Amino acid sequence: MSKSINRREFLKRGSALLAAGSLPLSLVEVAFGQNSPENFTFAYVSDSHITHVKGKDFVRNWDRGLIHAIAETNLLDPRPDFVFYGGDIAQLGKREEIDHGLEILSGLRGDVHYVMGEHDYYLDLGDYWRKQLGPDHYSFDNKGVHFVVLNSVLTYDDWVNRWGGPMERMLQMARLDNPQGSPFMVGEAQREWLRKDLDKVDKKTPVVVLSHSPLQKIYKCWNFWTDDAEQVQALLKPFDKVSVLYGHVHQIQYNQIGNISFNSAMATAWPWPYPSSYKQAASYLPKLTVEMNRADPFFERDATGWQFINVHTGNVDAHYLLPDNQNRVVAYDRKAGHPVDTKFQPAENRIPPQTHY
Amino acid sequence: MKTITQTYLLLAASAALVAGAASADPFTQADLDRWKAEYMTSVEKGEKLFHGGLKSKNTVSCDQCHPNATNIHPETYPKFQQQLGKVAVLGEMINWCIMNPLESDPLALDDPDMVDLQSYIHWERRGVPLAPGKH
Repeated sequence: MSKSINRREFLKRGSALLAAGSLPLSLVEVAFGQNSPENFTFAYVSDSHITHVKGKDFVRNWDRGLIHAIAETNLLDPRPDFVFYGGDIAQLGKREEIDHGLEILSGLRGDVHYVMGEHDYYLDLGDYWRKQLGPDHYSFDNKGVHFVVLNSVLTYDDWVNRWGGPMERMLQMARLDNPQGSPFMVGEAQREWLRKDLDKVDKKTPVVVLSHSPLQKIYKCWNFWTDDAEQVQALLKPFDKVSVLYGHVHQIQYNQIGNISFNSAMATAWPWPYPSSYKQAASYLPKLTVEMNRADPFFERDATGWQFINVHTGNVDAHYLLPDNQNRVVAYDRKAGHPVDTKFQPAENRIPPQTHY
Repeated sequence: MKTITQTYLLLAASAALVAGAASADPFTQADLDRWKAEYMTSVEKGEKLFHGGLKSKNTVSCDQCHPNATNIHPETYPKFQQQLGKVAVLGEMINWCIMNPLESDPLALDDPDMVDLQSYIHWERRGVPLAPGKH
């Protein structure tokens, strides 16, 4: 079982003042007491919402969140095998925003794999994003693990074509609590692509799926939701070990549905309330989830962050790196058969800021 | 003579007060409907201000962090804000958000926009018991 590791231990290259001898030999050994060659790590950064104001002005706060995450990611030791970016580089899908975001992201050391978010997509239906970054759904293998990336933020054609123009459509989708919104989905064509892609993969191979929206249903009115989640889950069901990592929700969530573990990503931009704090509608936050701390708005990076993912024996442990707050580790517990918060899972260990209302 | 006139005026004033009270009570269903409509008009204005209608120098809007006005907790105000070092009303925290995440100019606490914002924020939180001072 891993334990929470403080930032100074974690970012050991971050300070010349720390003597190497006083530091753990490697994060993997500290976390798991083993150093199998199958173990590997990757960084997972998401939801930066880079916002163009005018001319060369961008919203400073959101820029700083992404810059902060990249600086920390570059200090990871041991080096991650690669970095995932979980979607929503931009706020309104504008070229200026995608270009500015990618310019900041170009500071990352190592390979980066990108996931499409709805804020990247609904201005030009992903054209500029794909031109800069390539296909929005793809798969690859790393050290015996099969990775799949899906564009899960598609929606129904009649909604897409309903609006007066691209920016009107983008603004409608950008509003999280929009009563005129439309649910996300992977869609039939991509599900068929996924079925064929997984046909070639041995069922004992661990599978890690990255999507922007949760491939589970939590709260429809904020699109913490994928309309065809069950159909995607059915395609993943034959595999022994599946992990789904998603962005969009700007908060810690984790869950287990059958063979599938779920972990969400924090945003680098701003945190979102849990849907249960909206008193006029019902929502379905996974019971397993111990909520992140309520944000202190006076610290602009509080309740934002990024993730460091450890893949060991085919399961995923998510280390939530939270500036201005205590880091969190949600690790797969083999005995329990689901992810657990390594410090706060027992009800008696929880602290007042984790109570949302 | 002067005293009599004064007494008469006093009586007349009292009669006017009684008459005024009589006409102010009871109110009708039409009154209730109008008052509710006035409030809901303010809620609708506030809903628009909250979702990008407020003049924001950096384009950031309230709903980006507070969908459906969640995590504002209007039922807990006034409350002690340790960051401000005092007990504050909701309007002061709204202005804090306008000045910081929105990088814009604060509103007067009785500015119609400030009133409309609070109408919307409270409406989204309707039914939640008052919890003044709660954190």
